[in-house]
Amino acid sequence: QETADPQKAASLLRKQWSLYSVTPLYKFSGARLAQYARLLGAFIAAEKHKGLAVGVGVDLDVRATFCSLPELCGGQRDQPAMLVQLSSRSSVSPKNSDEKLMWSGCFCCVSGEDFSENVPEDFTCLPLFLANGAESYTATVGSWFQKTFDCRFCRLSISPLNLSWMAAMWTGCSVEKNACATELVFSVPCLPQPLDISYAIHPDDAKALWDTVQKTPGEITQEEVDLFMDCLYSHFHRHFKIHLSATKLVKVSTAIASAHCNGTIKFLQSKYLTGVLMLLTELAISQIQ
Amino acid sequence: MQRKQSSKNSKQPLQVHHSNQTDLSAWRKGGKSDPEKSLQNRPSPNSQVNESKRDSFEQAVSYFEKVQDPVSLRKNEVLQKHLATVESTALEKGLPPEAFDVLLNVALSGKFADAVNTRLLKSLIPASVIPESSLVSSISWLCVSKCSGSIQLLFIRWLIAMFDFIDHKDQLHALYGFFFSFLQDEKMCPYVCHLLYLLTRKESVKPFRIRKLLDLQAKMGMQPHLQALLSLYKHFCPELVSITLPGRMKTYFKNSEGPWKAAISAIRRRNQEKSPVSQPLLLGTAQHQSRKRKWNTQLILPASSASTNNLAEVKDKNSDLYSISESFPVEQLQTFSQLLENIHHLELPSQMGSVLTHPLLLHYMNCIKDESIYLRLHYWMGQTLQEECTWCVVDSSQYEEEFKDFLEIVHKTECFLQEGFSSCEEFLYRSLPFWDGFCCRSQVLRLMTWIPLSSFSEMKSHLYGPLAQLFFTSSLYFKCSVLESLKELLQNWLNWHVIQLNSESDSQGYSLNTTLSGLVNVVAELIHFVGRISTVALRLESNATFLLYFILDFYETVCDIYLRYNLPLLIMPPAGVFYPALLSMDSVSLNQLCYIMYRYRTNLVAAKENELIKKKILQFKFSSQTYQEYNQYLIAMVGCLWTSNAFQKDVHPQGLRLDEEVLKKTGVQDFKNSFNIVYHPALMGYALLFLQQAWPDDNTFNFSLIK
Repeated sequence: QETADPQKAASLLRKQWSLYSVTPLYKFSGARLAQYARLLGAFIAAEKHKGLAVGVGVDLDVRATFCSLPELCGGQRDQPAMLVQLSSRSSVSPKNSDEKLMWSGCFCCVSGEDFSENVPEDFTCLPLFLANGAESYTATVGSWFQKTFDCRFCRLSISPLNLSWMAAMWTGCSVEKNACATELVFSVPCLPQPLDISYAIHPDDAKALWDTVQKTPGEITQEEVDLFMDCLYSHFHRHFKIHLSATKLVKVSTAIASAHCNGTIKFLQSKYLTGVLMLLTELAISQIQ
Repeated sequence: MQRKQSSKNSKQPLQVHHSNQTDLSAWRKGGKSDPEKSLQNRPSPNSQVNESKRDSFEQAVSYFEKVQDPVSLRKNEVLQKHLATVESTALEKGLPPEAFDVLLNVALSGKFADAVNTRLLKSLIPASVIPESSLVSSISWLCVSKCSGSIQLLFIRWLIAMFDFIDHKDQLHALYGFFFSFLQDEKMCPYVCHLLYLLTRKESVKPFRIRKLLDLQAKMGMQPHLQALLSLYKHFCPELVSITLPGRMKTYFKNSEGPWKAAISAIRRRNQEKSPVSQPLLLGTAQHQSRKRKWNTQLILPASSASTNNLAEVKDKNSDLYSISESFPVEQLQTFSQLLENIHHLELPSQMGSVLTHPLLLHYMNCIKDESIYLRLHYWMGQTLQEECTWCVVDSSQYEEEFKDFLEIVHKTECFLQEGFSSCEEFLYRSLPFWDGFCCRSQVLRLMTWIPLSSFSEMKSHLYGPLAQLFFTSSLYFKCSVLESLKELLQNWLNWHVIQLNSESDSQGYSLNTTLSGLVNVVAELIHFVGRISTVALRLESNATFLLYFILDFYETVCDIYLRYNLPLLIMPPAGVFYPALLSMDSVSLNQLCYIMYRYRTNLVAAKENELIKKKILQFKFSSQTYQEYNQYLIAMVGCLWTSNAFQKDVHPQGLRLDEEVLKKTGVQDFKNSFNIVYHPALMGYALLFLQQAWPDDNTFNFSLIK
């Protein structure tokens, strides 16, 4: 079992990840990661050439690796995150260790103790799954996990309410250096042609607004989030005479991360990675329960 | 070489009966006879055997045993005669076990020409079993290759066809490697694969064999027989080989039974007792991907054994050698007796969702109280229901049929297990607010009847609210369906309560989740809810008879709760139900109402008696208000039906009280005596009938004649 280096954790940044919620895995063992990697590799090869058997452990075009990322968890009681990567060996020079990373997936559970404590021992709770790469590989890896550990993957979508929470929380995070603008994208319903409204705010201005709204540092209430959003909406209305509150918030991007309501996310700052994962874990758990 | 001893011992007296009916049992040592098999009337219970035929068969066998030089068929008449004897014996009754040794040796040793060998092999039809020892020697002949390739092929085919009739297979399993080496031969490869498929067990799967098969696959490409054998290897040892079968393939092996097919079916028929049919391991049937768009969605899962169990054993090789009982794979589970035999080492499927379509596994789930099984099923079902709900998820209305079938299956499972799933309950609570009352209607209503009873119930907000909204705005038929399913829900709860009482009579009354008063409250809440919606519904539908029938049906269950289900609860129907039923225009409702009132009386009297007898403070004391309510109803009813003074006596605010002036205005003559059972509009038909029968000639219908 390979332990991670900080590079692996950093590999989560600046990539577009699709979000899934995963029900608890049955009879999963963190000690057998190498074995799982071999089996997954053989399964992928067998799926690719339907009908042809593939020996497990034989050199394959696509190699799977499992490694654990212990630093990606909220506390002692969390299950350490697990990273699954599929890399292809270039067929030109097989001896060359230059492998191209084709697909990666990450199972994690950050501050999910309330959920994982109520579950019997045979089950492992890793409710959040991030996938980056071709959809076909996501499907193959997902079906292998579903068949082997009797879990169930469900696409996780983020509601506009949660997106507004993310906007408020991430605006309040302090970022050094030049940060990119806070951008909110709204989609307007019921029009013959789809219309998207993009609303960009200078990060310092947004932070200043949030600081006036937030009363207790470290605590955020629903009223504060609503007030923050209302301020932004009224500002927009004053200039453009459009009521953004009637539209649907579909995307939020700040210097910390950017999230889309389809269930995709991009991490931009390693400092706040765990925080964002904690929020996403909470969303995943609420979908499972 | 075994000589037949039995023929010498049990000599039957000779009878000149040319019969074609022979007794199989005479072949067995000791000559046990089965009187059922004698098909003609004989003086002795032992049936007769055609002595001459048997003798000639013995001669034939001894000839084959002793012949040394290769003989050509065409020239030798003796050979022809003996060969014909063997063939005819085989076709009629099958060969005795002792003959196989001799004949197999002859056929495979190459003494005779192919024509003879072929005929011999084709006539090797057993009467009962084939002894394994004869096979071992014949396989050694096979390895030596004295006979031609086609004979070898025919022998392998014969082995496959007769596999079920071999008495022991231990030595055959030991010879697995020898069979394996025959894979080299291209012509024999498909049949050898089939034979290996039948013989393979977990111990036979070794890495070098897998490598060999993979090499063959590389050489010959994708062959169905190789695929089948490799799939079987994968089933036993998934950590060594992986294969995904393409599409749906039903037949992997060519049917090799051909020449012996008719004979085999004849043997099976003759043997009457269940002939051993080896259970073929169903290779994982390709999952029916009806929906291409989602990879993680599968509503119907095939049951395949958990492969993760094998992963643990890779390291403990020692324990593998000593473990005698291997786990019984779930694919082989096809009959209930198999379940009973293997219940302790049944390998559970890797995906628990597959139990929904597997009644045997449901039996297993019922008996074995394993939390992880329930939890796995709970998560899978919860997620599937949530994701596949066609009215909650956008753009999935095209999959309504599939979802409907899935809900059907869940409901059937609940009926089978006689309890509801909590994941199903949560699904209903989540999705009912969005339901249009139309999509999958009967399935949803039926699922509602299995909501489990617990005192921590959120039913009021989650179920009653949305349901009432739909109820009031829907058609008459929907209202009636809802009332019917609420009645069934009540009955399920009451049945569950009775079972709980009976099973836990020794231990403390209830588990932590439920207390008796909590249960009573929940049931009362349901009954009050139904009372409320029924009242409004009757108004909306103008007291439709159809609706009234369902409402009164519900109250038929309610009135008997105390006596029949032993739950201390007595609730009267609301006035909005009672009076429309009393004054309804048809006799069915009136009849039901009378029956209900009668049952109420019985229950009330019993409750009162119990109170008086026990004289101690009971947990539940029925308030006098209940009795008063009942009495009021009863007075109204009696007044209405018999004493004609309901209009004066009934003081119920929603009752029948009418002032005298109003009654006078109705213009009814003699109103003080005119409103009773004889004149009740509901019973008009019966009154007429009575008059017709009593006074057939009288055409004027004078109701005052009926007293």
